[in-house]
Amino acid sequence: MAENGAALYKPLGMLAELTHRCPLGCPYCSNPLALDPRDAELDTRTWARIFMQAAALGVLQVHLSGGEPGARRDLADIVAEAHSAGLYSNLITSAVGITGSTLEKLAERGLDHVQISIQDSEPESADHIAGYKGAFARKRALAADVVRLKIPLTVNAVMHRANIDRIEDMVTLALELGASRVEIAHVQYYGWALKNRTALMPSAEQVVRAAVVVEELRRRHHGQIVIDAVVPDYYARLPKPCVGGWGRRSLNVTPTGKVLPCHAAESIPGLEFWSVRDHSLADIWANSPAFNAFRGTDWMQEPCRSCERRNLDFGGCRCQAFALTGDARATDPVCHLAPGHEMVGALAAVREDVPYHYRQM
Amino acid sequence: MNEARPAIAPDARPRLPHGVRLVHSEAQGGWVLLAPERVFKADAVAAEIVKRCTGEATFTAIVEDLAEAYSAPRERILADVTALLRGLADKRLLEL
Repeated sequence: MAENGAALYKPLGMLAELTHRCPLGCPYCSNPLALDPRDAELDTRTWARIFMQAAALGVLQVHLSGGEPGARRDLADIVAEAHSAGLYSNLITSAVGITGSTLEKLAERGLDHVQISIQDSEPESADHIAGYKGAFARKRALAADVVRLKIPLTVNAVMHRANIDRIEDMVTLALELGASRVEIAHVQYYGWALKNRTALMPSAEQVVRAAVVVEELRRRHHGQIVIDAVVPDYYARLPKPCVGGWGRRSLNVTPTGKVLPCHAAESIPGLEFWSVRDHSLADIWANSPAFNAFRGTDWMQEPCRSCERRNLDFGGCRCQAFALTGDARATDPVCHLAPGHEMVGALAAVREDVPYHYRQM
Repeated sequence: MNEARPAIAPDARPRLPHGVRLVHSEAQGGWVLLAPERVFKADAVAAEIVKRCTGEATFTAIVEDLAEAYSAPRERILADVTALLRGLADKRLLEL
C-alpha cells in the first residue's frame, strides 16, 4: 500500500537515461530542454547498484537510453551489469556512436535487443530531421551488424508532418533491414517536441490516412513483422494510459540519478523528486512524494473521478494536462469529456513550415 | 474460445528466437515471456508448453508429452498447443 492509500504495484520497466549527450539534434526529442551535463552523470558502479535494486523491486526490462547511450565509454560494462542483475536489456539508440565492434562487445555482455531510430525512409530527409549528415548510413550499417549478431532488431520510426505520408516506405525499410518489429511512433509533445510542435504537427487528414495505412500494413505483413503504433493523441477521442499509470508500471532514472515517474515529470511544478544518491530505489518507488502525487484515483477531479474508464486510462497524461491547462490534476484535454477539449483541436490546427529548433545542450 | 488455427507440421521443432526469454519472476508472481520491450504474463500451462519448445523436441513429441503430463485427450491438447504456438509465432515470439 502506498502512502496515500493507493494500491502499490511493482514496476515492470525502467528507463535508464545514461547520458543526455547525443550527436543528433532531433526536434522531437522527449528529453527536457535543460539537459544534464556530462560531469554530473552517474558512474558505472552506481548504475550497477540501480540495476540490482530495480530487479529486486520487480523490474524485468531496462531500456538503456539517453541522449545517445553510445556516448558512454563504459556502455559494455553497463550492459554487463544489467545482464548480471537479471534484467532484459533493450538498447535504444540512434546508431550514431555505436560501431560494429562495440556492438559485438555488447552482445558478448548479454545485450538482448536493439532498437534503432529511423528519421525517414529518404536519406536526405532523414539526415535533415536528425540534424546530422550521414546518420542514415550509420543506421543502415548498424542494423546489418545487429542482424548478423542475431540480436532482435526494432526500428523506431518517429512520425510527424514531414514523413507521415511515407509510413509504407518506413515499414518496407524496416523489413529490408531485418527488423522483427517496427514502431510507428507518432510524436508526443513534450520537451523539444513541444517546442517544435507547430513544425511537427500533422493534419487530421494525414493522421486518419496513417491509421488506415497501418491497418493495411498489419494485414499484409502479419507474421512477418510486428507493427506497433503510438496514438497521436491530439487527434484522439480518448486519452492514452500514460506510462501505464503514474507510479504504477515504470520509472525513469535521469543521467544525474533523479528518479521520475515519467520522462516529462519535471515539467510539473511543486513535485519533490528523490535521487538514487540519497535513497534506495525501493524507498523512492514507495515513498517519494513525486511518485505518490498522482497514484491511484483519489487525486482525480471530475469528470475523471467518477468515470468508468478511470482505471483504464488514468485520466490520460499529467504532464500534458499541466502543459495544456496549467493544472496537473485536470483531465488530459485530449479526452473528449474534458472541459476545454476543443483547445486541443485549435492547437493542432496551428501548423507552420518553420525551421526546426534542433535539440542541443 | 480458440479459433481453429492452421495446423503445425508434426516434425516442426518450435523454439524461442534470440531475444525472447521465459523467466520466472518472484517479484511479479509468476512466469513471464520477455521480448523486445514487451512482457507477456504466462500462466502455468502456457509456461509448461513454452518450456518444451527447445528447438530439439518435435511438435508431435511436445503434444504427446503434454497429453501424458496432464492426462488429457490428445485432440484437446493438440488444439490448445496449436492455438498458443500460432499466437506466439504471429507475434514473432516463437519460431516454428
